[in-house]
Amino acid sequence: MSVLVFLEHHGGELQKGSLGVLGKAATLGDDVSAVLAGGDVRSLAAEAGKYGAKTVYVLEDDSLEPPTPQPRVDVLATLVQDKGFDAVLFGNSVLAADVAAGLAARLDAGLNWDLVDLSSDFVGKRPALQDSVLVDVGWRSTPRLALFRAGSFDPAESGGGEPAIEDVSVDFEEHSRGAKVVSQEAEQSSGPSIEDADVIVAGGRGLGAPENFTLAEELAKALGGAVGATRAVVDAGWYPYSAQIGQTGKVVSPKLYVALGISGAIQHKVGMQSSNVIVAINKDPNAPIFEFSDLGVVGDVHEIVPKLTELIQQRKT
Amino acid sequence: MKIAVCVKHVPEGHARLDPTSKRLDRTGEGALNHFDANAVEEALRLKGDSDSEVVVVSLGPERAADSLRKALAMGADRAVLVSDDAAAGSDLVATSAILAKALERENADLVLFGQQASDADGAVLWAAVAERLHRPVVSQAAELTLTDGSLRVKRQTEFGYDVIEAPLPAVVAVSDAINEPRYPSLKGIMGAKKKPFETLSLGDVGVDAAQAGDAGSKTEVLALGEPPSRGDARKIEDGGNAAQEIVDFLAEKRLV
Repeated sequence: MSVLVFLEHHGGELQKGSLGVLGKAATLGDDVSAVLAGGDVRSLAAEAGKYGAKTVYVLEDDSLEPPTPQPRVDVLATLVQDKGFDAVLFGNSVLAADVAAGLAARLDAGLNWDLVDLSSDFVGKRPALQDSVLVDVGWRSTPRLALFRAGSFDPAESGGGEPAIEDVSVDFEEHSRGAKVVSQEAEQSSGPSIEDADVIVAGGRGLGAPENFTLAEELAKALGGAVGATRAVVDAGWYPYSAQIGQTGKVVSPKLYVALGISGAIQHKVGMQSSNVIVAINKDPNAPIFEFSDLGVVGDVHEIVPKLTELIQQRKT
Repeated sequence: MKIAVCVKHVPEGHARLDPTSKRLDRTGEGALNHFDANAVEEALRLKGDSDSEVVVVSLGPERAADSLRKALAMGADRAVLVSDDAAAGSDLVATSAILAKALERENADLVLFGQQASDADGAVLWAAVAERLHRPVVSQAAELTLTDGSLRVKRQTEFGYDVIEAPLPAVVAVSDAINEPRYPSLKGIMGAKKKPFETLSLGDVGVDAAQAGDAGSKTEVLALGEPPSRGDARKIEDGGNAAQEIVDFLAEKRLV
């Protein structure tokens, strides 16, 4: 079974999500390749070897640095047609989802998405209906395309050596070059992004006021984590959209999720319930969040969180 | 200018999977996928007072007509429903092939999608449809403007915003942050009944039954199972010592 993994990079770094998928692919078999397309990506190829890529296909082209999906469909379709991969795997992102779906249409290939796991005989696991059901999904033809939920796999170095690096040349479709990024605007944030963070401290309406987000920020800083927010507080303008976790927003699965003043509405639940450990603090004993928390604390975030932050800082010193 | 909006009729309330067919049970009440209402609203906003035409397109069971009528009541001009028993159970490959054929008939300058379907949590269809139509695609549009045969989109990403331009015809998936969908007025609801409404079979749009439904799908659902349980959940009341109890819990889990 030959597997190709779509690697995503941003700001000169390979993205954790796609490295996690690469690491997973390396556990399924040893015929694992990866593909990188962008402006200055050759230097990133060696790193992919550590996560299990035997061969890294590289297309270095400045016009591919902006994150538009369609030229990448051309790259992947060319590789699949030339090399005959049995499967192409993606870690979910705004870019990867569009690339995966475009490739599915181009190749008439089956795409299963929102997977959280994949077995070596290619049965995927997909939580469905607000994660109330776990569905086994399969493919009827090759190549099999799979898009994994963000954070499904920790990037684990598999001790692989230097990968073979092969250049790819691609004839781009006319429509693939139609959409052009004319400018990019980074959203200001400090610390790790919420997709990459091992710890997320998220705030909801129960924080009471936008300025109380400092409670979440200080606790996140003490834990070395990132700050998330519910849709309600993003809509209210308390926190930027980039931090929104939920059905609209990001789906995350950190090692630790601390929910401050979050009731646990379904819209939020689907974005965070696959976190390893969930701790919730809420003053309403009937808040739904307690139904899926590992530790639920009924109490006032304004009382508890400053003390908690202080205790964690003390442990570190 | 013609704007086509793809909309989906989704089950209302508590959705369930049919244990035999392993498909979503679509026999109950349904409604317009609320993310698609943002796409309809955006089309109506772009149309404004101009003589542009907004046509809403759906693939679904006959009762999907309810969702198309809602879009007409909001102000869309015309509706097309592709409904065929042979299309039931279509996966991404099959659904995108059918929708692309229906859209080819319309040859719209702009095709809009909502950002996801609230039933299957799918958030990929537009990119597959755009590929079949050989058109540029932009997703996660938080702002959309049209100028002189091209469009400009502010796209939300994990890292901030990208401003993207593309020539028309093109496909855009709008984010739900783009607007606040209007409610149909009573006049709109009454008027919707008189608006053109076409119901088409697969044959009408030129899709062979072998390309649709289960036969045309490249993925399958093999089994339904229970999600893993979270194990022993603990719940405590803050008696003044909660912060310490949380730290102890985190230490036990080796998280601090």
